This record gives sequence, C-alpha cells and structure tokens, in this order.
Amino acid sequence: MKGLNQQEFITWADKYLRGELSREDQLLFETYCAENPGKAELFAQHKAFLTTMVKAESRSSFKRKLQRVAQDYHEAHASKPAAKVINIWDRLKLNAAVAAAIAIVSVFSTLWLTGYYKNLKKTTSDYSALRRDMNTVKRNVNAQNAAIRNIHNSKDDVKETMHYGATGFMITKNGYVVTNYHVITGADSVHLQNHKGESFKADIVFTNPEKDLAILHINDSTFKLTRSIPYTFKRQDADIGEDVYTIGFPRDEAVYGQGYLSSSTGYAGDTLAYQISIPVNPGNSGGPLLDKEGNVIGIISGKQKGIDGAAFAIKTKALMETLNSIPADSLKGKNVVLNNKNLLYNLSRTDQIKKLQDYVYIVKVY
Amino acid sequence: MSKEKSDIQIDSEIVNGIREGDNLAIQQLYQMHFPPIAHMIINNRGSREEAKDIFQETVMVLYNKIVDHDFVLSSKLQTFLYAVAKRLWLKHLTRGEAKYRTDSIDDYGESLTAEEAIDDHEIKEANLVQMEDALNGLGEPCKTILYDFYIQGQSMAAICEKFGYTNADNAKTQKYKCLQRLKKIFFKK
Repeated sequence: MKGLNQQEFITWADKYLRGELSREDQLLFETYCAENPGKAELFAQHKAFLTTMVKAESRSSFKRKLQRVAQDYHEAHASKPAAKVINIWDRLKLNAAVAAAIAIVSVFSTLWLTGYYKNLKKTTSDYSALRRDMNTVKRNVNAQNAAIRNIHNSKDDVKETMHYGATGFMITKNGYVVTNYHVITGADSVHLQNHKGESFKADIVFTNPEKDLAILHINDSTFKLTRSIPYTFKRQDADIGEDVYTIGFPRDEAVYGQGYLSSSTGYAGDTLAYQISIPVNPGNSGGPLLDKEGNVIGIISGKQKGIDGAAFAIKTKALMETLNSIPADSLKGKNVVLNNKNLLYNLSRTDQIKKLQDYVYIVKVY
Repeated sequence: MSKEKSDIQIDSEIVNGIREGDNLAIQQLYQMHFPPIAHMIINNRGSREEAKDIFQETVMVLYNKIVDHDFVLSSKLQTFLYAVAKRLWLKHLTRGEAKYRTDSIDDYGESLTAEEAIDDHEIKEANLVQMEDALNGLGEPCKTILYDFYIQGQSMAAICEKFGYTNADNAKTQKYKCLQRLKKIFFKK
C-alpha cells in the first residue's frame, strides 16, 4: 500500500467519503492516513475542497431558485405602482376638487371685477358684426367690395319685408337713376322719393354686382320729365386732396357731408374706387360724390369698419363702363344720354345744393 | 398569544424550507418579507430595482447562516432580515454607488447581530464566489463529470455510461484530471 500515487489515493478517499467502503476498508484507510501524514494532509485538503464545492453548488442553485421566485413575484406585482398612484389620488381627490373650485371662482370673479367681460363683450360684438358683414358681402355684394360695410339704412326691424333705405341720384333727364347694387339686391319693388315727399315707382334696368352698381328707371305716371340735370360726370380720375361733398339720406331728410379725397384707390387697393374722408352712415350708399365745381366724381358705396374716416366711393369711370355695357334691349328705346353742361359751376355751395337736391332720391326697397 | 406562536412556527418552517431548498418556502419568504424591506429602501432614496438586489443579498446572508451553523432564530425572522437589509443598504449608500448618504435609518439593537452576519457572510461569499467562478471556468465535460460525481453522488459506472467512456478506468482518470484542473484554477486565484 505504500506506493500509492496521488490519483489512486484520491480515488480511494472519494470512496471513503462516499461511504462505498466496507467497515474493514474504512479502518484501513484511516490507519493509512495516520501512518502517512503527507497523505493525511492531502486528504484533509481534498475534503475541505469538496465541501466548498458542494456548498458553492447548493448556494448557486439556491440563488437561481431565489431569482426565479423574485422574478415571478415582481411579475405578479408589476401593477403595484399604478395602484399606489390611484391611492394617492383617492386620498387627495377632495382636496383637489376644493382647490380647483376655489381657483375657478377666484379667476372668474377677478375677471368680472376688473371689467374684463365688459371689454370682451364689446370686442366680440364688434368682431361678430364685422364677420356678419363679410358674409353679407360674400352673398350679396361684389368681390371688390368684400368686407366693406354696406351703408344701407335699415329703417324697419322686420327682416321679412327686406325694408331698406339708401340714396340714389338721377343720371339722365329721362328718368335713369343710379344706386348701389347692394341696396336693391333681393328687392321685390323699389320706390324713389324726392325731398318734396313725392314717391315714384322704379324698375331695375340693369345691375352690375362686380362694380356694385344698379341702374334704375323711374316708371311712374306721376313722374314728369325734368329739366336737364345740373351736374356733369367727370370721367378722369380726381386728384388726392380734392375738396368733395355728398348729399345722402341716412335719415328721412337730406344730409350734407363734406370732406376730401384721401386716396385714389378703394378698399384693399380697389382701383375702381376712391377712399374719401367724409362722415358717412348707413343710408349714404348710392349718394353722389361731387367736387367743388359740381362734377360727379363717384358714388358713395361703403366704409371700412374699425378705421376712422375711411369711406369709399365708386369712380365715375366704373359707372360709365356699366352704362356702356347695358344691352340695348333693356333700355326699351330710352337711351342714356348724359348731360355735358355743368350748371353748378361757379355757384356757391349752398346754391349748388339747392339745385342738386331735386335730383337726389331716397331709394326705398321692399 | 396564539398569533405570536404561529409567527414563530411560520418562521421556523421557512428556515427549514430554505435549508432544504424548498421553492414554496422561498416564495413565502419573498411574499412576507419583501414588501416592508422594499418600502424601507424606497423611502430611503432607493429604487425598486435596488430594493430587489438588496433583498436578494439579504436572503443570501440568511441562507449562509442557515446552511453553515445550527441556526437558531434569536428573534423574529422579520426583525433579522430587516436589520440585515438595513445594514446592507447603508453600506451600499456609503460605498458611493448611490448618490447620497442618508442617516435617516435609525439603529436598532438587532444591528449588531446583523453586522456580524454580514461580515461573516462576506468572507464566505468571497470563497464561494471564487469556487463558482472556478467551476464556471472549467468548461464541459469536466464540469458535468464533477457535478455528477461529487454533488449528485452518482456512481462512476453511471458517469462512464453517460459520457460514453469505454471503461471505468478511463472515466476515473478523466475525473481526476478534471479535479486537478479545478483545484488549480481555484487555488491560483
């Protein structure tokens, strides 16, 4: 037994440790170890080593189990944080509701106290009116005059009757009268009334929605052909800064308005209109715009909302183009012959108006 | 009183279960003791992930204690685990792995036992981790041969058959070589 090499000894030791040896052999192994201190040491080392190994192995297997359990546990409790949040919400729900209510009350009461709502109402009503105006324009008035506020006088609140009023003036002595298209749009019948209170029925001869012009013809037995018209039509563009005036019917009486020509283009760069600075009001639409010599240079059509003193007048040139485009059938043999003799020249303004006002009418639309 | 008794019973059941590597016992341990420890760690600037790691280490400390000695619970299992987890978490914090140090965890009487257990655990842990690494570094088929023979306690004949060795002597030689290699790796480190 002396010549046992290390491998054989380890094999023997393993057998001893595993209890595979008989009682006799066990004793033999023990005595062998006692006799060989070197081998005994080797045996002790081997034994310790194996113990460590077993421990390490069982430890790692335990660790694996633990990790699996941990994984299962965390998977099962994955929704836990959400539950926590809900708990907090449940706890703070009442506080949050009270805080929100106080915040809302204080915000609105502060706004009310500082007069915010008064301002708001003002601005929104201005705004909505403008918008409604735009819609009306889209529906009724030509594209060039989009967003211009229509100046026609709403004399009657009953909408169903479409009772509007505006101004119109005579262009020929045989009874042709011009006014704005937006005044007579949707009209059942049109009546003209002069400053003396005489009323005449009129037909719509021609309309030009693009230029916002309408040509009427007085078709009434009581109407007498007038003497020649005192004013002429100036076909060239008038200059900026020119002194201009108008007569219109913002109410039942004729109202005189005076101002100056402030720009050679109209709303949004419209070249067929002037911008003028005359106080105009609903009802002025269709009124004549005259220069100081008594030439008609335009027809009042509208004004821009929110801008001071920005009224617009359609140029005479546009009127001429419209008159030229009237089909011969519509005229029924009564030609449009414009007056070319100015009777107002060199008269004072008051005298001009006295002569002029016989030819300016209230247009009543039903 | 009866509740107290049942607590102790449950504790000792868990301890025995862990000693035998019983899955159910581990599950029970987790369900009962993880939430309070996780709560403690999360309340002290920890994340849920960190809580998980700390609890795992805590259980390993307990495991080593159970396996090595005739472990006797001197207090409730909960108290022991809590103290160990607290020490571990403090250590983790002061090691600078987490950003801030916190002093908000108070000391309890149990902390001394826990301290000892952890120190003891760390020494053994180093040894065992070394062994684990050595085993992992051994490679196949040595690892399986040694595992089957020394840990599973299988006979040489069975191993011989499993690995297809022509005779038991060959297998024995192979096993011996493997063992020597493992020892070499283990002691070298």
